[in-house]
Amino acid sequence: MILVFMETRDGKIKKASLEVLSEAKRRAAELGAKVAAAAAGTGLDGIAGEVFSRGAAKLYLIESPPLDAYSAQGHAQALFSLVSEIKPGAVFFSATAMGRDLAPRLAAKLGAGLASDCTKLAVKDGKLEFTRPIFAGKAVLSFRLKSSPALATLRPNVFPLETAGAEAGEVIKKTVEIPEGMIKGRVVEILREECAELDVTEADVIVSGGRGLKGPENFTLLKELAAIIPKSAVGASRSAVDSGWIGHQHQVGQTGKTVSPNLYLAFGISGAIQHLAGISSSKLIVAVNKDPEAPIFKVADYGIVGDLFQVIPPLKEALKKTLSE
Amino acid sequence: MGEGFSMNIHVFVKRVPDTESKVRIDQGTKSVIEEGLNFVISPYDEYAVEEALRLREAKGGTVRVFSVGREESLVTLKKCLAMGADEVVLIKDVTPESYDGLRTARTIAAAAKKFSGFDLLLFGKQSVGADNAQVPSMVAELLGLPQANVVTKLEIAGNEGTAYREIEGGTEKIVFSLPAVVSAQKGLNEPRYETLKGIMAAKKKIIPVVPVEELGLTAEELGSTVEIIGLDVPAPRQAGKILQGDPAEAARELVRLLHEEAKVI
Repeated sequence: MILVFMETRDGKIKKASLEVLSEAKRRAAELGAKVAAAAAGTGLDGIAGEVFSRGAAKLYLIESPPLDAYSAQGHAQALFSLVSEIKPGAVFFSATAMGRDLAPRLAAKLGAGLASDCTKLAVKDGKLEFTRPIFAGKAVLSFRLKSSPALATLRPNVFPLETAGAEAGEVIKKTVEIPEGMIKGRVVEILREECAELDVTEADVIVSGGRGLKGPENFTLLKELAAIIPKSAVGASRSAVDSGWIGHQHQVGQTGKTVSPNLYLAFGISGAIQHLAGISSSKLIVAVNKDPEAPIFKVADYGIVGDLFQVIPPLKEALKKTLSE
Repeated sequence: MGEGFSMNIHVFVKRVPDTESKVRIDQGTKSVIEEGLNFVISPYDEYAVEEALRLREAKGGTVRVFSVGREESLVTLKKCLAMGADEVVLIKDVTPESYDGLRTARTIAAAAKKFSGFDLLLFGKQSVGADNAQVPSMVAELLGLPQANVVTKLEIAGNEGTAYREIEGGTEKIVFSLPAVVSAQKGLNEPRYETLKGIMAAKKKIIPVVPVEELGLTAEELGSTVEIIGLDVPAPRQAGKILQGDPAEAARELVRLLHEEAKVI
């Protein structure tokens, strides 16, 4: 059995978790195994329909009030007790902030190996094989895990969603004892960014800017462009972030975020090696740069050699027109 | 420990190729070719060292920096001394990189037990290279400590810490008791440069070396859960089409191609 942890916020499943469930369904079919889902917290009955329609045969709801607020210690304890009981061969998470915080904690509890931030899974000789970029994508590592269960986190935006079917399943409720004082740290508050924009790791389209923007005020141009493109986010190169033009949470590249959007639009980004590594799993790259020799053009699917300040306004108009059609 | 008391902080750092590095693979050993690479302290670890130094400056106490690896890591530890660390320790481990976070976490947890009496264990959010981001959470679990990862702001008051951690589209505020594990994200601080005085003092300092075999770990604990099948450099992307014409024409053509040819818009 492959067990998939469903990350929920405000009682709703994150899209990244549905991607993981979809991939689990595909690999389980090859393994001749079943897929089960697990969620922690109270009041999550509403997610069952969606979980079953994406291919899980069972949904384990671990209901315990201390799990309503995320804590690595509490959630790891809850999953540990479930895994110890149902003994899945693999446990998958999405490689989101929560998944990457929680999965290693559970792995250490189980003494199990963990494949972080996978971009490809395969089954060979009845065994799971994990593939993940290292050095932010400059190299790719493939491996098996010797432990049972094998744990993995899967990179968001990489694994396609299975179309929802009408499958039914079984909800199994579990309670777990979380001893008083066991949770020594917990999330007390979530502060949303003002405009609640999408994170670059979750966006379908990234509108990204570098030193060619010349100053912090010109990121407004990119934000305006992003505003008309659905599911888009604003990204930035390291030099733009280090110049203080935009917050580091927007940074794409080796000391920022590794991204895999459908479309990466690079404005005024020359394409340093650490930036190119971070965008290498983008499905399509577009570069706009004045310098025809800029390394970004070597990886771009479409390029415009020109002044971004002259390209952005007509681009915006043309996009608006196409998107409204 | 309370307000006015000092803090003993352990920081764990790794020696990695710098981010400018071009990665080449030795297919015989399925490992990264080190020849010609410039090695540095992993950038996120540098934020961890800086944060430890700032906490010590504010509260008193000691900063002890550890690295697990071959003797080459002594250079990384000397840099930490030159930045201002009080003590550094090399956990000598000559095993080739296995990309197994659990093995490293067990080593570090055992080292932390050996050098007990800490209030805080600081890490970078991930090593640049392996990119696993596993070790801090694993160490926290192995030692039964609370954790706060990918932290951009850290406050310690008495026996309690408050950390702000980056999540998708926002920030989580985590409150935890000490001792605890915290991992640093870019934005936490601006690391200082080494001082000349620090560099000279670091040169003279004799660095204690603890062989990993002396940490009391079993052969099984020191084994790897990872069985490497392949290590490759991805096929380079191909350069595409350069769109000609004036900016307005090129922009319109781009949108047409994105819509009709690539079908992403």
